[in-house]
Amino acid sequence: MTTLTLRAAPPERLDLAGLTPAALAGLSDGEAARLAVGTSRHALALGDCFAITLDGSDELRIVGATERLDRIGAGLAAGRIVVEGDVGQRLGAGMTGGTITVSGSAGPFAGTAARGGTIRIAGDAAESAGGAIHGAPAGLDGATLLIGGRAGDRLGDRMRAGLIVVREAGDHAASRMIAGTIVAEAVGDHPGYGMRRGTLVAARHGALLPTFVETGRQDLVVLRLLAKSIATHAPWAAALLRGPMRRYGGDLATLGKGELFTPVG
Amino acid sequence: MPDLILNGIRVEDTFAEAFDMAGTALVLTADTAEWAMIAAVTMTGFATSVIGCGAEAGIDTVLSPDDTPDGRPGVRVLLFGFDAGGLKDQLLRRVGQCVLTSPGSAVYAGIAWDDPNAAKAIKLGGAIRYFGDGFATAKRIDGRRYWRTPVMDGEFVCEHSVPTIQGAVGGGNLLFLGRRFPDTLRVAEIAVAAARTIPDAILPFPGGVVRSGSKVGARTKGMMASTNDAYCPTLKGRAGSLLPPEVDVVLEIVIDGLSAGAVSAAMRAALHASTAAGADLGLVAVTAGNYGGNLGRHHFHLRDLLGAAA
Repeated sequence: MTTLTLRAAPPERLDLAGLTPAALAGLSDGEAARLAVGTSRHALALGDCFAITLDGSDELRIVGATERLDRIGAGLAAGRIVVEGDVGQRLGAGMTGGTITVSGSAGPFAGTAARGGTIRIAGDAAESAGGAIHGAPAGLDGATLLIGGRAGDRLGDRMRAGLIVVREAGDHAASRMIAGTIVAEAVGDHPGYGMRRGTLVAARHGALLPTFVETGRQDLVVLRLLAKSIATHAPWAAALLRGPMRRYGGDLATLGKGELFTPVG
Repeated sequence: MPDLILNGIRVEDTFAEAFDMAGTALVLTADTAEWAMIAAVTMTGFATSVIGCGAEAGIDTVLSPDDTPDGRPGVRVLLFGFDAGGLKDQLLRRVGQCVLTSPGSAVYAGIAWDDPNAAKAIKLGGAIRYFGDGFATAKRIDGRRYWRTPVMDGEFVCEHSVPTIQGAVGGGNLLFLGRRFPDTLRVAEIAVAAARTIPDAILPFPGGVVRSGSKVGARTKGMMASTNDAYCPTLKGRAGSLLPPEVDVVLEIVIDGLSAGAVSAAMRAALHASTAAGADLGLVAVTAGNYGGNLGRHHFHLRDLLGAAA
């Protein structure tokens, strides 16, 4: 396993985009140490901040990570990245495959534009997890994002495809959602703001928008398909999906093909 | 041609001549096993002969909730056509008219997408979604895309497309030459039950049995097929009759399969089961239908089916 061990808290934000197992596999220790990771005029290199152990495997371990490490796993296509600690913004941005596991929490825009693979965050995620960065056409775009703790506001903002499973999320979850699925135990106020299509399942929710209309109690086949798919990732989410559900359609201020499911209770 | 003997019953040393077909499989589910079966029976109705019905179809197996994509009771059906175009036409008509309309139903591909013999896919849900008049939505789950069409009981879920299979075969057959109609029908029923235990194979005729076996062409101009006069007992004694004096009834089973191996296995099971029961039911002989071997690429020689399955 290739290992990067952070020596000390970095003096600036570091950009680790492209540091994938495949990219590091063909490098010597010297070449890896010279990779630019700084984001200021100080031109920090990987070797300035990390102790590097390369073995050419398809697994990369980042030890002692902090929230100042941005874009970890960005562009990952295959293999595995294991992060011990917290991470900064845009975790796994644009990844197309492989898995990223974070033992701590993640900064904003985790999984943005990720088209494949799985991101698992044990702790919390900041705002716009699975959301689109400013001006981008889409947020999460086919990958699976699993958040063990709480996500901030605008979870899945402009998400286009894929799955997000989270324990709790802030306000405006699934805002401007294009398509995809989000399952949460609880979301804040105004879920689905501007939602065009897609599915949001929440055991509890805050205030609903007036542009979401109840369509009644429905036992839809698609929820069974989702439950079966999610069962391996999050048994609690699968159990939620298997219960009796009330459905709301919206956001009728836009296309209105989105939906919010919440347990009958 | 010397005859063969299996379980004391004469087996003619001949072969069944079968043809390449376009084939696919669907999994139909519903809230109850009864409604899944209703959808399956309706969809596979009027599908005995591809010549007259446009397709040959039948029920392959009943699936438990553990074996279906949505965890509900299901039925796997097979559908065969002359070619991919004909198969697509029939698939859309039958799913659209018989399954979409059935309460609580859903449709999934019945052939694994990673099946090494999976061939070109047919757009199914992606076409039927237009019934939704723009209200249908798609959901991609684990790499498979499903269309959700609003209907009056909720939603009709149908997989976007379903793969066809390379190597599908239609026309495996056995003919049972018997003494009495009730006994020979019982022999045919036993053969059908045995053949139906083989996966990936169906028997498209009523109850799996056909009493009006046919030959190619006719004396009447324009007829593609006509009665197999050589095996009609009321025509015994005429030139061309192949029936011995003691045979007063002939029944046939026809088998289609997703592979030649499935057809062969189903024929083998039917042959062994029918001959095992045949002595007590007046079965005189078992034979098979062919057209001289020049029309169909697949020849299932009864001689090769006498042994137990490998």
